[in-house]
Amino acid sequence: MATNAYIPHAPGYVDNDGPKIVSQRFVHEDSYTIERYEATGGYDGLRAALNRTPSAVHDEVRNATVLGRGGAGFPAGVKWGFMPPGKFPYYLVVNGDESEPGTYKDRLLMERDPHQLIEGCLITCYALGLAQCFLYVRGEMALAQERIAQALNDAYARNYVGRNILGSDFSVDITLTWGAGAYIVGEETALIESLEGNRGMPRLKPPYFPAAIGLYGQPTIVNNVETLSNLPWLVLNGADAYKAYGSETSPGTRMVAVSGHVNRPGVYEIEQGVTTFRDLFYGDNFGQGIRNGHELKMFIPGGGSSPWFFPEHLDLPLEAKPVGEAGSMLGSGAIVVMDETTDAVRAALRVVRFFARESCGKCTPCREGTTWEERILQRILDGEGRPSDIDMLLDIADNISPGPYPVAADPSQGLDAVPFPPKQTTICPLGPSSVAPIVSTIRRFRHEYEAKITRRDTIPVSVEPVTGSSDHHEVSA
Amino acid sequence: MTDTANDVSTVSVTVNGVEIEATPGELLIDACERTGTYIPRFCYHPRMKPVGMCRMCLVEVDAGRGPGLQPSCMLPVSDGMRVETESDLTKKAQDGVLEFLLANHPLDCPVCDKGGECPLQDQTMAFGPGETRFVEEKRHYEKPIPISDTVYLDRERCILCDRCTRFADDVAGDTLIHFMDRGNNTQVNTFPDEPFASYFSGNTVQICPVGALTAAPYRFKARPWDLEETVSTAWTDSVGSRVTVQSSRNQVVRLLGVDADAVNWGWLSDKERFAFEALNSDRRLGAPQLRQPGGELVDAGWAPALAAVTDALKQTPASRVGLIGGARLTNESQYAWTKLFKGGLGTDNVDAQLGDGLPAQLVLSLRRASINEACRPGGTVILCGPDLKEDLGALYLRIRHAVVNDGVTLIEITPTRTGLSGIAAHSLHPAAGEVAALASALVAAQRGEAQGAAGVSAEQVAQAAAALSGPVTVVLGRPSIAESVDSVTAAALALTELPDVAFLSALRRGNVHGALDMGMAPGLLPGRTPLSAGTVSEVWANTPSEPGLDTEGMLRAAAAGELDVLVLLGADPLSDFPDRQLARKALEAVTTVVAIESLPNPSTLAYADVVLPAAMATEVDGTFTNLEGRVSVSEQKVTPPGTARADWMIASEIARRLGNDLGFGSTADIRAEMVSVSPLFAGLTEEALIEHRIEGVLVTGSSISLPSASAPETPHHDAYSLRLVTGRRMYDAGTMVQASSSSAGLAAAVAVRLGTADFERLGCAEGTTVRVASAQGELLVPVVHDRGVPTGSAALAANAPGSPANTLIDCSTSVTEVRVERP
Amino acid sequence: MTTEFFSNDNLHLAHEIVSRYPVKKSALIPLLHLAQEQHGWVCDDAMRQIADLTGTTPAEVRGTGTFYEMFKFHPVGKYVVNVCTNISCQLLGGEELLAHAEQTLGVKAGGTTADGLFTLEDVECIAACTEAPCLQVNYRYRLKVTDDDFDTLIADLRAGRTAEIPEHGTLAAVRQHIPADAMAGIVPPEQATEMPVWLSRNNQDAGGQG
Repeated sequence: MATNAYIPHAPGYVDNDGPKIVSQRFVHEDSYTIERYEATGGYDGLRAALNRTPSAVHDEVRNATVLGRGGAGFPAGVKWGFMPPGKFPYYLVVNGDESEPGTYKDRLLMERDPHQLIEGCLITCYALGLAQCFLYVRGEMALAQERIAQALNDAYARNYVGRNILGSDFSVDITLTWGAGAYIVGEETALIESLEGNRGMPRLKPPYFPAAIGLYGQPTIVNNVETLSNLPWLVLNGADAYKAYGSETSPGTRMVAVSGHVNRPGVYEIEQGVTTFRDLFYGDNFGQGIRNGHELKMFIPGGGSSPWFFPEHLDLPLEAKPVGEAGSMLGSGAIVVMDETTDAVRAALRVVRFFARESCGKCTPCREGTTWEERILQRILDGEGRPSDIDMLLDIADNISPGPYPVAADPSQGLDAVPFPPKQTTICPLGPSSVAPIVSTIRRFRHEYEAKITRRDTIPVSVEPVTGSSDHHEVSA
Repeated sequence: MTDTANDVSTVSVTVNGVEIEATPGELLIDACERTGTYIPRFCYHPRMKPVGMCRMCLVEVDAGRGPGLQPSCMLPVSDGMRVETESDLTKKAQDGVLEFLLANHPLDCPVCDKGGECPLQDQTMAFGPGETRFVEEKRHYEKPIPISDTVYLDRERCILCDRCTRFADDVAGDTLIHFMDRGNNTQVNTFPDEPFASYFSGNTVQICPVGALTAAPYRFKARPWDLEETVSTAWTDSVGSRVTVQSSRNQVVRLLGVDADAVNWGWLSDKERFAFEALNSDRRLGAPQLRQPGGELVDAGWAPALAAVTDALKQTPASRVGLIGGARLTNESQYAWTKLFKGGLGTDNVDAQLGDGLPAQLVLSLRRASINEACRPGGTVILCGPDLKEDLGALYLRIRHAVVNDGVTLIEITPTRTGLSGIAAHSLHPAAGEVAALASALVAAQRGEAQGAAGVSAEQVAQAAAALSGPVTVVLGRPSIAESVDSVTAAALALTELPDVAFLSALRRGNVHGALDMGMAPGLLPGRTPLSAGTVSEVWANTPSEPGLDTEGMLRAAAAGELDVLVLLGADPLSDFPDRQLARKALEAVTTVVAIESLPNPSTLAYADVVLPAAMATEVDGTFTNLEGRVSVSEQKVTPPGTARADWMIASEIARRLGNDLGFGSTADIRAEMVSVSPLFAGLTEEALIEHRIEGVLVTGSSISLPSASAPETPHHDAYSLRLVTGRRMYDAGTMVQASSSSAGLAAAVAVRLGTADFERLGCAEGTTVRVASAQGELLVPVVHDRGVPTGSAALAANAPGSPANTLIDCSTSVTEVRVERP
Repeated sequence: MTTEFFSNDNLHLAHEIVSRYPVKKSALIPLLHLAQEQHGWVCDDAMRQIADLTGTTPAEVRGTGTFYEMFKFHPVGKYVVNVCTNISCQLLGGEELLAHAEQTLGVKAGGTTADGLFTLEDVECIAACTEAPCLQVNYRYRLKVTDDDFDTLIADLRAGRTAEIPEHGTLAAVRQHIPADAMAGIVPPEQATEMPVWLSRNNQDAGGQG
């Protein structure tokens, strides 16, 4: 692999104590090679699958309750069951478009164990009778594309992929494809649009799952990289072994990235529903405390789209239900820690700005609303805020996501939590996600906003346009 | 969307507390509108797939899982659904969307063409807040940019509803405008230097819910509140699209498509939409003209002009008089002119077609299909005719929709690739002149005897035959004037052998089907009746007993000195007759040429002795018969220029001066007589025409029997010559197009198009001027490589400005062989 | 009319890429990448030829392409430097790093240096959150970047000491290639309506496969 040697291993993974499923090979420098993969039980899951009926493999996945790791946390086995019988061909689309702010795990899995992902794809294709698999990798991840391309070439050469796999009647092609920079393509119907050569704009729902009408109008399974990476181990070791890890409703392990103000940021494979946020931030095995002895001010528990949590949430386990009831979500395993030096308005603006820049432009409330929110926040931060801006922000937010927005309780004000998920006036959750930092910070730190606003109360002059990179700013034909 | 199955089951939906009935699958927004509850919308359009983008139609819906906001444009009704279109939640959401839409929308309503008929303005006035909370700077783009010769785009006004772009892509198949960039910077635009040159671009202006798209012919011409309007029928082709004609100060300023479910679904080709400009053209004839001894046409009064006509007719035996044209006229005027000639003068030398169509007997005897029948889900359309995109734009859109969305199978039997080839299941391109052999082969293959024919392999024929499913509609027309019509006739007769087959005529010219129904062809009487039946003899004094001459026959007779008076009723034989040499000889030889014309054309300018100015479509009352046989109202909206008159009045006046009054004081009188002379027209009562004002009244039945014909022999290909294929383009050198200021420039300069092998053999670069020569004449034109032209053929458009292909054609031969050479 | 943009080698590659999808249009984004690899940015001729290769119109190609920020429709620097300022990086100095980068390069985010060497961009999360603040140069990572690191990087790039970083437009150094004899078969969806053979195993005795 001389061509790859110049690019360092994607760092950040911490090999701590605890069960390992998807990161089991990360201890090896050459974990991405087919030689290492084969030497460490690689493709045994595929062999095991081929010795069973496809439906038996599907049953194993269903019984294990493998929750989707892309953000929504929907059980993969159930999703698979939505395929309408007989409407061939079926397709598999692998969502490797990891771009949720704070999320860093699929890239590691693609760069450091691409064969594990490929094997997971093959098991899925076998179990469901899929005609072709498309491995869609985020455009910016050149090394991941390179590692998967090499892995696929090697796997084809050794007959793990392609015609009559391992001498069986099972044949499937895997096509590596890649994006070109658009967060929204992580939404599964937008991903399908992108794969069809279109602008990555989410499709109307219903149908709610591409299983009904997906790629080229055919039944399609879209699964996340980490979800599929679990399958070789699962098929080899069985659902019971899988369920021995984690909690009853969230079995198995998952990869989480802890970033921001902890002493040891890192990507950890943890047991779902067992490990708590406190463990992650303060445990010796994990983050080893808030940096430089500072205090925890707030944290984002599940990526940029999730409402924010505060110190009183530290003892919640990383499990969908309690986190949802507390007003947020686990999302894509992205945990961003902020200490007391963090400016809540500035941090909120940065996340809102992300959504404004990444809005696909399809739904009016998101296209216009996210940019508007951003510009108001920028004005406030620039000292050009108006007293009415705070309530206006909340009202604009309400027009994107109507009704009470999911938010953590605030005991000091006697306010209860609003459970997840939010309602939306839009097709997909991107616009409503932009509301999370606004509602989270205004409820808890309204005084920080007011402090920035009360300095001025004249009507501000409009500020310069803020969004976008250079390419999207041509204003004349 | 057309013929829904007879599904009697309905579902019950409660809208604002009132229970309504809806059909399963019906969209909530439609069900509400149908029952009187209008839900505001910008992106939704009933003739296009919903995209749910604008979010304006959000309403509170409880479909059993608790109330929530749902876009009513993408939600099919379900039984027991409860809908609140006026609730606080609904209002808040809709107000929010409106505020978002206005955030970046300029407040230039006073100078916006859409002002006064703008859905965004209307919504804002009705429900919007008094003032804006948006204090940031709005998006800025260069103010309107031309995206084609006729359409301007103001991106600041655009609310990104995807209607125009959806239309271009999904409906027209001309994906030349598209969303560009992303998010808040999304804009509609073309590719640089590739304009929105679609034949259907005007539809995007009509469906734009704001003033972002405007059409050059209407920009700053009028305000909506100054307009008067009437429902009428488009006249430039035979689809009979339903339109609203809008006028201001006695001038037509705009045509809008009307959604007639049976016909055009609200769409128009740009030719239909903008042809009104020709009505307002400076070139319009406003006074009669007489040719002076020096050769010049000079304005004259009606009295001397009519006298010149009647003098000529009085001196001439009926057998030496002929009438060519009439397809431009209303049914009533056609009836009057037929009565004048066949019932008064007693000659059957009448032909509304110019040798470029199909035999009247064939068109009137084939079992006919309506457009909706052709578009039935699960059926098959065989296109054996011209490129519909060029000739019959609105029909092209209907067929395209049926193929793309409703599972209709399209099989083309055309001399070259067409605008529908991209979606055709099979495109078979027979050698010119040999379409009948291919049609017979298809029929044989359908019976299990596969064989190749006309340069198409047995395998291709077999595959096409295997694709035939459900009821078959043959869209039948004349694909090329460079081959004998006999081959098309023989092909049609062969295709009648297919099971469950019917035909839809693709004769292109305006009211040509009305002309055939009124008897404007040799051997015919009104009401699809053969001359031999003689049923109108009680009303008509002098019906001829023997069939007369068709246009080719009249021209030959004229050239041979056997015809003395030729009346051109809106006809231009020099440009439109396939054989220009014959047309010229005939016009030169004939003693008196009388032209009834609205705009001067090359034939009348050079050869007419008397020109009588006629009123045009929006200047006369009457009816129009489309290619299905559907009769719809064409209503007067403005007065004709000068002293121009309705054609039927001119016929009446000539008849009166000849001493046989037609007896007509109004178009209603004419219609009453039409109803009385033929049971076919029994349905065309005033009441029925009013009741079916939008859809029209379909006239069915015929007493004409199928002609017999055999395919002509075609010469063997020699290695050096190619067979000429000459079809129409939407924009050509025709007087109507050339008198429409926004269309005139769109008539492309002609080029000879060659398939890959012939182009490579020629061995010169695209655009090189080459010599195209036949036994009849030659042209110097640029050559273009076109993969859609089969080997052995050379395609050259008919009636292109400056390069008339009919100089090459000898209409007595079955095919036109040409050599294409480097000069 | 066909417009020739791709080199012979790349045209060959383009056809191979198209063949990996059941529907040609799916190759649109990969072909835009290929065009950018050949030319550094996506020019109009490239889009015309991609339209031809994928059975679309140039307007569609541009419509799709401009949705994605990695595609550049005007010349950019040989090195596109993407500094992440999203939340994880912001918390550890991403915005300050960007400000430093603007000063070092003398251009604002979105700008290109006068020598055409560098284009600086302020980008969203690039999935290296635990290694903040981070950046990419032509999609090759640099992690936990200090101001000094940045200046060294720029100096190295100027001096050509960064052989592992290709010119802008090139992504993976290894391409997928499916040998014809190993390919299971990629056909349009309407030609793949049969049930895959191995699914018939479900109808056989569940225990009979061992």
